[in-house]
Amino acid sequence: MSLTELTIADAAAGLRARKFSAVELVRAHTDAITALNPRLNAYITPTSDAALQAAACADEALAKGEAKPLTGIPLGIKDLFCTSGVRTTAASNILKNFVPPYESTVTANLLRDGAVFVGKTNLDEFAMGSANITSAFGPVENPWKRNGDADTKLVPGGSSGGSAAAVAAGLAMGATGTDTGGSIRQPAAYCGIVGLKPTYGRCSRFGTIAYASSLDQAGPMARSVRDCAIMLQSMAGFDARDSTSVNCDVPDYSAAVGRSLKGLKVGIPAEYRAEGLSAEIEAAWQQGINWLKAAGCEIVDVSLPHTKYGLATYYIVAPAECSSNLARYDGLRFGERVPGATLDAMYEATRRAGFGPEVRRRIMMGTYVLSAGYYDAYYLKAQKVRSLIRRDFTESFQKVDVLLTPTAPTPAFAQGEKTDDPVQMYLNDIFTVPASMAGMPAMSVPVGLGATGLPLGLQLIGRPFDEETLLAAGSALESAAGFTHRPAIRAEGAK
Amino acid sequence: MSYTLEGKTGTWEIVVGLEVHAQVISHSKLFSGASASYGGEPNTHVSLVDAGFPGMLPVLNQECVAQAIRTGLGLRARINLESRFDRKNYFYADLPTGYQISQFTHPIVGEGTVEIELGDGTVRHIGITRLHMEQDAGKSMHDQDPTRSFIDLNRAGVALMEIVSEPDIRSPEEAGAYLRKLRQILRYLGTCDGNMEEGSMRADVNVSVRRAGEPFRTRCEIKNVNSIRYVMHAIEVEATRQIEVWEGGGEVDQETRLFDPSRNETRSLRSKEDAHDYRYFPDPDLLPLVVEQAWVDELERALPELPDDKRDRFIKQYGIPRYDASVLVAEQAIADYYEEVARGRDARLAANWVTGDLFGALNRTGRSIQDSPISAQALGGMLDLMADKTINGKIAKEVFEDMLETGDSAADIVERKGLKQVTDTGAIDAAVADVLARNADKVEEYRGGKDRLFGFFVGQVMKAMAGKANPAIVNEALKKVL
Repeated sequence: MSLTELTIADAAAGLRARKFSAVELVRAHTDAITALNPRLNAYITPTSDAALQAAACADEALAKGEAKPLTGIPLGIKDLFCTSGVRTTAASNILKNFVPPYESTVTANLLRDGAVFVGKTNLDEFAMGSANITSAFGPVENPWKRNGDADTKLVPGGSSGGSAAAVAAGLAMGATGTDTGGSIRQPAAYCGIVGLKPTYGRCSRFGTIAYASSLDQAGPMARSVRDCAIMLQSMAGFDARDSTSVNCDVPDYSAAVGRSLKGLKVGIPAEYRAEGLSAEIEAAWQQGINWLKAAGCEIVDVSLPHTKYGLATYYIVAPAECSSNLARYDGLRFGERVPGATLDAMYEATRRAGFGPEVRRRIMMGTYVLSAGYYDAYYLKAQKVRSLIRRDFTESFQKVDVLLTPTAPTPAFAQGEKTDDPVQMYLNDIFTVPASMAGMPAMSVPVGLGATGLPLGLQLIGRPFDEETLLAAGSALESAAGFTHRPAIRAEGAK
Repeated sequence: MSYTLEGKTGTWEIVVGLEVHAQVISHSKLFSGASASYGGEPNTHVSLVDAGFPGMLPVLNQECVAQAIRTGLGLRARINLESRFDRKNYFYADLPTGYQISQFTHPIVGEGTVEIELGDGTVRHIGITRLHMEQDAGKSMHDQDPTRSFIDLNRAGVALMEIVSEPDIRSPEEAGAYLRKLRQILRYLGTCDGNMEEGSMRADVNVSVRRAGEPFRTRCEIKNVNSIRYVMHAIEVEATRQIEVWEGGGEVDQETRLFDPSRNETRSLRSKEDAHDYRYFPDPDLLPLVVEQAWVDELERALPELPDDKRDRFIKQYGIPRYDASVLVAEQAIADYYEEVARGRDARLAANWVTGDLFGALNRTGRSIQDSPISAQALGGMLDLMADKTINGKIAKEVFEDMLETGDSAADIVERKGLKQVTDTGAIDAAVADVLARNADKVEEYRGGKDRLFGFFVGQVMKAMAGKANPAIVNEALKKVL
């Protein structure tokens, strides 16, 4: 099997058994990036040279028997995580030349465990988008193709579209993502990989460029549930530098993979049978229900009555926070500056040139909902609805252990579709946003191909800090589905 | 008698509320580990958090919270066990993140009260509305270059306490007394050094005027006044302006104004229409601040004695007048000095020497009590020599001046200069006889009924004995002979 097709678990075993070296493994991926990135645009900044040097060090560690869990494993890093000495852009013009002198906690944890970073992956600008078309560095192409249609370029989903495309196409064994309203799960579904958004507070936000602070959460994206467990093991943990990070033990996530589901109660929320849910996804959902039943789960109908307010609430809370979080990009201390005759003129010119239309739209919406006279009607109301959404989940989890829903209402769509009306684009996140609003952990697992040959994902939502149940149920779906399909554009195919 | 201003059409009362920004004494800033110390080369006390770099997050400094709670306790205010941090959003070059982290809706300290005492002895209570914590901004320097402004972020993120009073203040004098009292409390607590010149304490002054019995009229806010004297001037100037506006048939607009001490006027800075919309909302990077009552109790137990309590104790314990007690507790160091002098001695005499001769000397030499040339121990030593009648009060003045100059102990000075009081009745009797012999005519007059000449004889005898004679023995000897 090609080195770019291995799982992290298999690659780690192969490295330890000296079946191949870390340099060989990493070179297979950097070669794939060289070959395919010009087309897919999954990476904004490949770091091949540094990766090969790190791989040589990994081989030394392996030779000395000092290998750590991720030693020699090539990973992509979403370009929202600050990486010391490596340009970090947030896919924005305003940070196009920003080189942070510090490392985010999540990437520092991965490096501590031996990971090799092969590059910074593309994303929607400041993580704002659901199709990876708002990046200042150009859109990312989904490596999957519709049956018999090699020409139409599909979106990889967003905002972690570069990470999803890279992992799907074999340009990384796994990648970090961040999820604010679905930015890990929706692209994972569109690209046929596994993506896990942990509980809010599970992974530190220190050094990760903020979009909406009360929602942002880092998580792993990989080609198997076990690989997500391995990555999360390294990424998670308390960090005193993030006041919202939660100080509770990190369990052995890999131990949960393959765990028996006997007696597990799986909730099926009625409200997710929403309008616009495609028939193929509804069918995949039913299939997932049947698989879990066969694995010994008890299926329970539940209701999350405030689901319908999730999206509207999200598009108040997230822009409000972003309008404040992005105020620091003012051209004064770092990032790009466009001169102006006065301070205000400089701000305006800098921010007009620095931010793309979607970012500007969200800053304006956020500024509006926080304004005097509108705060109560929008922001305060949204916070109240948010607690109702959270309560829906809390009450459901008194009856069931995990929820099963579709990840997105449709499979990947084409570049250029849904771009006229921002609201059409926002609807992609209708199933992922509620768990984000509630801070619950959730995971997307690929379960099959739809009518046009595109991957379909199902979402599992768990109790706070119970990522283990997600991993257990996710691995059951994974093995039942036997999802081994690979995208049309991939490293192996390109050779 | 209450303070009023006379307008053309009648008498006006003024209404004042103060917002005091007090810089918290702490090692590091409110949300970062950078040093909070004053001074330093520009931009040397700045962390990545202070500079608002991407991905940087605030982490609350527990010591600043303790300082705010101590201050709240010192203001006899309610401590809110749950409070919250909000973002106050506005763009400015010295505000790196584009928002100030402050406490808008849920401050850490609620209602309290400050007792003030006026010159005529009137005691008033000024209500405290709230105290909240917030970050300071950096400093913009516009005078370093002809075309560019420079930014110093050393102060950016330093912890401030904003202490808001009720509109209970009714005169410039009360405003001055309130600020002095507040500063005194902060200094006692060690939570703010109160140096207005360095900007570690500054006041925003809300002023309105009204006729007796009326509800409040529109107020104006005078921003960033940096001395107590200026606050008092600004109130008077602004109140006079408002009276002229109302009496001229106009309306006072709610606006922010600046006080210009050189021209003794206030100027409009921005009107209500131009006021910023700060878009306050809870900071999602910080959890609600929850403090345990047990911790508050612990902080309370460790509080120093506060000035009002100390004053009352001085009155009771040392039997000194209220005025003297108030003067002696003005600063913790003065109170400590006094107590060391008074301990085991005549406490009233000690108070007289400290508030009289010592304060006079410090004033004259421009020194503070901390670097007084005469230590409390040394002054006590001098009082001991008076108590055991080694020296009398007159000689004590001379000894005190010598101590001030030389730093020698009173005993050494008395020894060196031979100032020991003479109680030898033989020597005194001889001097009395000599004086009377030389002034036989005056003796005649005295015996003829001119009683007030007795003082003349005392003076002559003291003079003959170079001031060292025990005055009581001199009196006795003279009376016997005359």
